[in-house]
Amino acid sequence: MTADKQDWPLYEVFVRGKRGLNHVHVGSLHAADDRMALTHARDLYTRRNEGVSIWVVRSEHIAASTRDEKDPFFEPSADKVYRHPTFYDIPDDVPHI
Amino acid sequence: MVGWEVGRMDTTRSSPVGTDGAEPDLQQHFDATIARDQRIEPRDWMPEGYRKTLIRQIAQHAHSEIIGMQPEGEWITRAPSLFVDGAAICNQVPLCRSSYGPYARAMVRICKEESFHQRQGYELLMTMMRGTQKQREMVQDAVNRWWWPSLMMFGPPDDASPNSAQSMAWKIKRHSNDELRRRFVDMTVPQAEKLGVTLPDPELRWNEELGHHDFGTPDWDELMRVIKGDGPCNDQRMERRRTAHEEGSWVREAATAHAAKQAARERKGAVA
Repeated sequence: MTADKQDWPLYEVFVRGKRGLNHVHVGSLHAADDRMALTHARDLYTRRNEGVSIWVVRSEHIAASTRDEKDPFFEPSADKVYRHPTFYDIPDDVPHI
Repeated sequence: MVGWEVGRMDTTRSSPVGTDGAEPDLQQHFDATIARDQRIEPRDWMPEGYRKTLIRQIAQHAHSEIIGMQPEGEWITRAPSLFVDGAAICNQVPLCRSSYGPYARAMVRICKEESFHQRQGYELLMTMMRGTQKQREMVQDAVNRWWWPSLMMFGPPDDASPNSAQSMAWKIKRHSNDELRRRFVDMTVPQAEKLGVTLPDPELRWNEELGHHDFGTPDWDELMRVIKGDGPCNDQRMERRRTAHEEGSWVREAATAHAAKQAARERKGAVA
C-alpha cells in the first residue's frame, strides 16, 4: 500500500481565539482523516493557547471566489456608495448619531 | 528549529513554464501588488520564477526543520544554541514580512519557537560558564568550532549568491545574506561578551563610523563543499533521514488504513 503523505487530503484549519471571536483561518495541513486533522491542528496551531475551538475542513470542500480581489466579482460592492452613510447632513450639535 | 509549518500553495494557478511576462495584465497586477508591499496569496497568479524560488526556499527551510528534529535533536543538551538558533532568528524574523502570505504567516509561529530555543540555549551556556574550569573550556571550544559555520548559515556572500537579488526584488527575502550576517555579528558580540567567551576572529572589531562590527571572511570554499553534500555529517544525516522516514512508514500506513476503513463504514451506514 502506498501511504505517502501526498495521498492524505489537505485540510484548512480555522481557530476561534477566544469566546466572542469568529473562527479565523490560520493555515492548512495534510491528514489521513478528520480526527487526525483536528489533533494535528491542535498541536500545530494552538500550542501557545491560541485557541478555544478548532474547525477543520477538507480544502476541496471549500467553494471560493476567483483568484484575487481585483476580480469583477467584487464590483457590486464598490459601486454602491449609499451603503456608506457618510453624506447625510446632520448638525454637529445633535448627540448620539 | 523543530516544527515546520508551511501554508498551502496552489500549484495549478501559475503560468506555465517559460512564459514569464507573456501575460502582461497578470504580470502587471503581480508587480503592482509587490510594489504596494501587499502579499501574494496561494490562488493569485504568480510568475513561474517566483513560484519556483518559493518552493526551493520553503523546501530548504522545511528540510532544515526536519533535520533539526532528527540528528540534531540529540544536541539539545550540548548545543551550540547561542549561534545556530541566533542565526536562525536573524534569518527568519524578516521573513515574517515575506511577500508570500502563507510563508510569512508560518514564519511568525516559527519565530516564536526559535526565540524559546535561543533563550533556553543561552541559559544553558550561562550555567556551564558558572561551572568548573573544564566546563568553561568546553563552551569556548564549542564557540571556536561553531562561530564560522554559524556565519556561513547566512549563505554565500551577496556577489556570489545568484538568487538573492531577484528574491529581494520579489520581496521573498527582505535582506541580503551579507546584511543578515552583519546583523547577526552585531547581535552576538555582546551576548558572547556577557557570557565570557571569545569569538575566534582576530579581525572582529567595532567600527564606530559604520555603527557595525568589522569581521573576517568565512571560508567560502568550505561552505560550498558542505552545500554540495561533502559536509562532515552529510552521510550520517542522509542515513538518519532515510531511516526515520522508513521507520515511520507503518504509522502512516496504519493511519491511511484506518481512514479508509472509517470511510467505508460511513458509506455502508449511509446506504443502510
